[in-house]
Amino acid sequence: MLLNQFLLLAAILFSIGVYGVIVRKNGVLVLMSIELILNAVNINLIAFATFWGMGGQVFALFVIAVAAAEVGVGLAIMLLIYRNKRSIDIDALDELKG
Amino acid sequence: MWFFTHVWIVPALMALSFLLILFFGKKMPKKGAEIGIFMVSICLLFALATAWNWATWNHDAPEVSAHATEAQALATEAGALSNVPSNCSKLAAEARETHGGVDAGHSESADIEGDGPTEEHGAPAATNGTGTGTGTGTGTGESAAGATSGAAASSAEESEAITRPVVRCATWIDTPQASITWGTQIDGLSVMMLVVVTLISLLVHVFSTDYVHGDRRYTHYFAFLSLFTASMLFFVLSQSTLQMIVGWELVGVCSFALIGHWWEEQPNSDAALKAFLTNRVGDMGLLIGMIILFFAADKSFSIMDINILANEGGIGHTTLMIASLCLIAAVMSKSGQFILHTWLPDAMAGPTPVSALIHAATMVVAGIFMVARLYPVFFHGLAIGGSSVNALAVVGAVTALFGALLAFVQKDIKKVLAYSTVSQLGFMVTSLGVGAWTAAMFHLFTHAFFKACLFLGAGSLSHACHHSFNMVDDMGGLKKVMPRTFWTYVIATGALAGFFPLSGFWSKDEILAGTGSFPGTHGANGTYHVMLVMLLLAAFCTAAYMTRTIWYAFFGEYRGHGTPHESGPRITVPLIILATLGAIAGVVNLPWDVPIIGAHAFEHFVEPVGLYFPSISHAEFHPVLAVTSFGVATLGIVGAYLYFWKGAFAGLHGLSERNKVAGFFKNLLVNKYYFDWLYTTVIVGFVKGGLAHASNWFNKHVLDGVVNSVGKGAAGGGKWVYDHIDRTVVDGAVNGVGAVSSGTGSGLRRITSGHIQQYAALFFAAAAVLAGIFVVLIG
Repeated sequence: MLLNQFLLLAAILFSIGVYGVIVRKNGVLVLMSIELILNAVNINLIAFATFWGMGGQVFALFVIAVAAAEVGVGLAIMLLIYRNKRSIDIDALDELKG
Repeated sequence: MWFFTHVWIVPALMALSFLLILFFGKKMPKKGAEIGIFMVSICLLFALATAWNWATWNHDAPEVSAHATEAQALATEAGALSNVPSNCSKLAAEARETHGGVDAGHSESADIEGDGPTEEHGAPAATNGTGTGTGTGTGTGESAAGATSGAAASSAEESEAITRPVVRCATWIDTPQASITWGTQIDGLSVMMLVVVTLISLLVHVFSTDYVHGDRRYTHYFAFLSLFTASMLFFVLSQSTLQMIVGWELVGVCSFALIGHWWEEQPNSDAALKAFLTNRVGDMGLLIGMIILFFAADKSFSIMDINILANEGGIGHTTLMIASLCLIAAVMSKSGQFILHTWLPDAMAGPTPVSALIHAATMVVAGIFMVARLYPVFFHGLAIGGSSVNALAVVGAVTALFGALLAFVQKDIKKVLAYSTVSQLGFMVTSLGVGAWTAAMFHLFTHAFFKACLFLGAGSLSHACHHSFNMVDDMGGLKKVMPRTFWTYVIATGALAGFFPLSGFWSKDEILAGTGSFPGTHGANGTYHVMLVMLLLAAFCTAAYMTRTIWYAFFGEYRGHGTPHESGPRITVPLIILATLGAIAGVVNLPWDVPIIGAHAFEHFVEPVGLYFPSISHAEFHPVLAVTSFGVATLGIVGAYLYFWKGAFAGLHGLSERNKVAGFFKNLLVNKYYFDWLYTTVIVGFVKGGLAHASNWFNKHVLDGVVNSVGKGAAGGGKWVYDHIDRTVVDGAVNGVGAVSSGTGSGLRRITSGHIQQYAALFFAAAAVLAGIFVVLIG
């Protein structure tokens, strides 16, 4: 087992996540993509912790906890957006336009 | 001592009260109000007991952890840190470590001195300190060496007992580099604030049960009153700067919630947002200042560490100056100083008892308290104590005078009081800026009582007049129907105006003496002529505009609807208590020997003596100055009396319509020096806008302004003023801003599309670029 394999997996997951965040129009899918990014980070943390031993596992746990909270809030927001707009299309939300 | 170490109970109780009211309030017979009142009462009793203990406490007996000997305790920074556990302060830990090794050599002398009377303790601590400094030599850090030598110097002169603040803390996050703690620091300053906050809060609670009776969010209101009190108590007891920031922000959030209590009406929720966002501007300064101090004080958040290092020269002058300038920005926003004061008058949209709480005890004094708490940083950073004019004094004096002027043109009685608060806070900041620390704290103390009384009095007035605050159109002639409100209001007004012998006279006089420029005053830290003149002018204005409010509210014919009536006992009793305190609170710091409490009791109670506080000198009471300030106040009152009651100075009536210069100044005041215009139009417009958007807005605004002013000016013949001011200055500025924003705006506009994913793409791109730079730099 090489460290590189894990890092590569994480990098691929991260890139897929970034792609999803930037491109997908469905709000729920954007949230899922964010989860992918977070899990890519988790893989990195645990991989480094296992190979180099720097206590990253604790932070992975933190990330999981925070991600759970984030998804809770995110889905609630999506629900409210759906109630107001009858759609969860991210493109329809441009109220911050200057 | 038990009270000092367990004072965390007080904010904890209030926080508990918040939760209880939130969860169970609706089911209680009194809808949760009784929980709040009960808890605040306990807190007040606790605070009073703490104050009593502090006043009678023998500062001489150090109580440290069991394994530290008395010699070590005395040796820790010459006693100032002897009640500070090692885990709360790096310096305390260092000092204990250093002195622990040489314990045997010094224990004898310390033991002998340990039984001696209070006055002699400065000296043994100092000899102990210097002895160790020379004896061990090695292992003592730069700061410790500086501290011990400083100890020798200062304690040689000081014959007074050293203040030993009692610190207790819990470690929140511990890393090898720095540990983050939070806890309580008890000394005279925090005990004084404890009493003021709990007392005002209790009276406001009682007042509110009648005032907001039947409100749609009655329970919610009391819950937030509790949280507000808890946050402020948490803030004033802060042991670390990080805790200060947390308390500071908590206070801000609570004020946001309470100012916007009636958020269904747009102006109210706008005012709440304005208060919050204006404070954010200053909070950036607070954050940066605190971070600078953290690194400057060798990665310690402990307030004691920062103060001792700043005071003993452990932190460079330039660092201190930058940090204090950043912190002044925070004071400007939180304590309503120019130019970030604009949120404070708008905050009047909240319920009146909340305004009383905000203005007397909690929100706005947070800034003053922060300066007072970190005073060595400001004292040395701004070189206070010389006679050079510094930022703090300038900001304060400008605020004191220009805030007072604004109060003259307000119709809303609460806005008059709001500007008067701005002005009085200016007094306190000036006082801190000229080195009169105790005078500032004394003014804070007395101001809390009479300003709370004035606000609650205004609340009582509006309670009688169908919830209107417009004293010009809806009040008048209320003296006969509301005698209790009238008399308490008059007493508080007298105190605010500085009328002998009410409390405001004594505190204001101390501030004026503290500027040190009045001929014949001795003992001030420097001479500030400009400040004295500006403050005297502000005092004159204060007396005059407060008399104006009395005229409009209580005399003449009743101009409102219905029949006004005196308010019930739950409103008048707090008024009477506050008016009494506002009248007599000056006794605590009289320059003469008062029975039981003695001369300058407040000063001895509040002001720390020791390494963590600069040795400031105190201006002596000067009879001529006292008579002068009294004369100025009387002049203001008599002038306003003649103007309103007797119709004197007939030439002045309607002057602004006839005279173009006077009209110009009145316009300036009515428009609040155009600060709101500056913020909403120029700054917000600039940030929001592309060229078309912004300049369109500007043009409309300016054209409107010109048309309006020409219309007004034509009547009075003041056209040339507007031509000069508007056409050249404003137009020039607007065109300049427009031209600049045309460049940046059109570029920025494309970025702010409102599409989240575009933002995300930019975000990831920026992160990628940063990562690239990082890799290049590391590789």
